[in-house]
Amino acid sequence: MHPAGLAAAGTPRLRKWPSKRRVPMSQPGMADPHQLFDDTSSAHSRGYGAQRAPGNLGYPATSASPQAAFLTNPVSDMAVAYGSSLAAQGKELVDKNIDRFIPVSKLKYYFAVDTVYVGKKLGLLIFPYLHQDWEVQYQQDTPVAPRFDVNAPDLYIPVSLSPPAMAFITYVLVAGLALGTQDRFSPDLLGLQASSALAWLTVEVLAILLSLYLVTVNTDLTTIDLVAFLGYKYVGMIGGVLMGLLFGKIGYYLVLGWCCMSIFVFMIRTLRLKILSEAAAEGVPVRGARNQLRMYLTMAVAAAQPLLMYWLTFHLVR
Amino acid sequence: MAFTLYSLLQAALLCVNAIAVLHEERFLKNIGWGTDQGIGGFGEEPGIKSQLMNLIRSVRTVMRVPLIIVNSVTIVLLLLFG
Repeated sequence: MHPAGLAAAGTPRLRKWPSKRRVPMSQPGMADPHQLFDDTSSAHSRGYGAQRAPGNLGYPATSASPQAAFLTNPVSDMAVAYGSSLAAQGKELVDKNIDRFIPVSKLKYYFAVDTVYVGKKLGLLIFPYLHQDWEVQYQQDTPVAPRFDVNAPDLYIPVSLSPPAMAFITYVLVAGLALGTQDRFSPDLLGLQASSALAWLTVEVLAILLSLYLVTVNTDLTTIDLVAFLGYKYVGMIGGVLMGLLFGKIGYYLVLGWCCMSIFVFMIRTLRLKILSEAAAEGVPVRGARNQLRMYLTMAVAAAQPLLMYWLTFHLVR
Repeated sequence: MAFTLYSLLQAALLCVNAIAVLHEERFLKNIGWGTDQGIGGFGEEPGIKSQLMNLIRSVRTVMRVPLIIVNSVTIVLLLLFG
């Protein structure tokens, strides 16, 4: 019943004048289908709606057909089919080209974590003083994803983007919470905090890349690695702000001081492997202008982290 | 602390403009930073100064045309929207 009614009503609708011709015919019968519309079940009303919808396309004010009637039109069917095919084409195009701009497969390596790894990493960020082995564990010349090697007796420090990403978002939310408890919150402030922190991150990455280029360091430190390392300080910032919310300024300064020291040590130990040459990384102080310069660079990067941690959070704790 | 991405873009544009206006003959040569004065031997140690000079020269060469476009767009947008 349904398709037959559609087939009959479908073809004339594509041209304008048959619909004009149909309206006077349906005008006398307007009252009856209208009443039947309100009273009968959806099956009946859809049948009537299909027959009346062609007349209603050109004259929307004449009757009140339910919205569902439009979905049963052949034109809307075609529109839906066209839209879905367009979406499929667009998705194909995006999938083909996304790998050129964002290395998706490489990014997946950075996000392959599990909760145990995240717990260990957080513990290491807060208390890096006892950890012995800081090398990245390799497996046939490519770094091992963190998920696979949780039970190794000597720990390792692969780089993952998951803790910094989570920490960044949590920092924005905690900042909103802190502003809210001081009655200074408004929704656009949240976006402002997020973009401000992102802008500082970008400035840091660019500054470090520039200084690495100037000192001609041949490292395997990729940009994503750098972003991940710089993102670790957000963990300390979150801890500081939360403590500041709970215990006031004393708690904030205590936790912030502790996390600053930890991030300082963590950064130095991590970057020493990447930036300095192998000989210096063993702990032997090598003379030479180049290595000294690299040591200064590592120190500067590590020292900038606590400064930024303080700068980005002190206005949140009053 | 309203340090938005937009102000970052503006600051970056101004910095690149500043690098691009350093004139080779009138200025850089006079302070010994010309590009033909810096290329030392083929040792492994380029040094910071020659790296900086290379950076300045490459920025000036590469960003000349895009800077024209981006500056014009920025000027028009700032005139229209303040």
